[in-house]
Amino acid sequence: MNWDIIADNLPRYLEGTKLTLLLTFASLGISFFLALPLAFLRNSNNRVVQYTVLAYTLVFRGTPLLIQLFLIYFGLAQFSLIRDSVIWPWLSSPMVCVLAAFVLNTAAYTTEIFAGGLRTIPVGEIEAARAYGMSGWTQARRILIPAMLTRSLPLYGNEMIMMLHATSLASTVTLLEVTGVARQISLNDYIQFEPYMTAAAIYLTLTFVLVSGFQLVQKRWAGYLQSRIG
Amino acid sequence: MVLEFATAIFAAGWITLLVAASSLVLATILGLAAAFAKLSDSRALRILAGLYTFIVRGIPDLVMMLLVFYSLPAFLNQIMETMGWDMHVAFSPIGAGIATLGLIFGAYMTETFRTALQNIPKGQIEAAIAYGLTRRRLFFRIMLPQMFRLALPGFTNNWLVLAKATALVSLIGLQDVMFRAKGAAEATGKPFTFYLIAAGFYLMITLLSLAALSFAGRRSTAGDRKLSP
Repeated sequence: MNWDIIADNLPRYLEGTKLTLLLTFASLGISFFLALPLAFLRNSNNRVVQYTVLAYTLVFRGTPLLIQLFLIYFGLAQFSLIRDSVIWPWLSSPMVCVLAAFVLNTAAYTTEIFAGGLRTIPVGEIEAARAYGMSGWTQARRILIPAMLTRSLPLYGNEMIMMLHATSLASTVTLLEVTGVARQISLNDYIQFEPYMTAAAIYLTLTFVLVSGFQLVQKRWAGYLQSRIG
Repeated sequence: MVLEFATAIFAAGWITLLVAASSLVLATILGLAAAFAKLSDSRALRILAGLYTFIVRGIPDLVMMLLVFYSLPAFLNQIMETMGWDMHVAFSPIGAGIATLGLIFGAYMTETFRTALQNIPKGQIEAAIAYGLTRRRLFFRIMLPQMFRLALPGFTNNWLVLAKATALVSLIGLQDVMFRAKGAAEATGKPFTFYLIAAGFYLMITLLSLAALSFAGRRSTAGDRKLSP
């Protein structure tokens, strides 16, 4: 066994872990704010709006993230219009492409989760808000969004874990997050057991911490839904 | 030229579907076994099944695949070397792919089946026992059919994720849709075109599966009592 090689490379794993967490939370953070309005549009009374959002979520949830990433990272170079444009230095960087793919992908899932939460809000709560004379904006801010978020918490927790795991795909476009570090060590030192085992242990720990933290959040913010059932 | 490459990509659809279907069978068997283990009276079985789902669901698909394809053979070879045996193990991409996906989605199936089993109305099982059904018959005639009905939405959802996850097997060299798309992209310098064609293939699987679900869902809930509006 060559665990000393892993010990020598611990700082790189630490850097990798930082990048993994950065990718996870940046993607989740940006997509959260995209998904909020999209969830409302998904439930809009306007059919055109409703189906446009549905088409977006269907396409991004119906195709592998790996392809979406390759379409953006390798695919966009096909068009000279994009290659010659001012945004090309941005779009040719793996970091920007990875974030763009992750955000578009997880925003599609999050939109459906939030839209589902929105549909399960009891009509009485909305009627009560209207009876108090709240404007549409106040209703959304005070009643709909909080109720939607607390009801979406369990599924959103799953989506967070999915996103954490999906960041491992960033290694396929040269980024050195945890999986990327493991692949590099494996190729450099000709060992195939230890690097991936270490990566797996890191992901397992991160998942465990995230799940435990999320259970606390759920107790704090969605506890009122629990007590009503039990 | 685009047409030729596109044909080659779609021809590899069989490989993708073969991997997906084989993994689904493996995942279903593993999921059933682990679901019953989780609900069994034996503490050891419960802990074992719990450990399985915890570990598998805590590790990304890609890392799991690298573990099975690279780490496991390396580990086995190291053992055999220390034992002094003159043997060398290596896995084929398709074998490693099916094993990995089966293992991963077996853990997701476990949760789906376990919830479904717990949601079978107790009265039905009591009624079956009252009729004098043996354990075997109770299982095959009552529990299994009822469980599949209740597990259908979760099962389909797992299948949709599984079908997309097969794209990862291209990263360890399986010549599936994704692999051919990559090949075509590199040969022609038109990556967008060919990855888009591959994306279309996966989207087609998703849409067909959703259509099949809505058909099967209508059938399987045909006898449900609904609240009158």
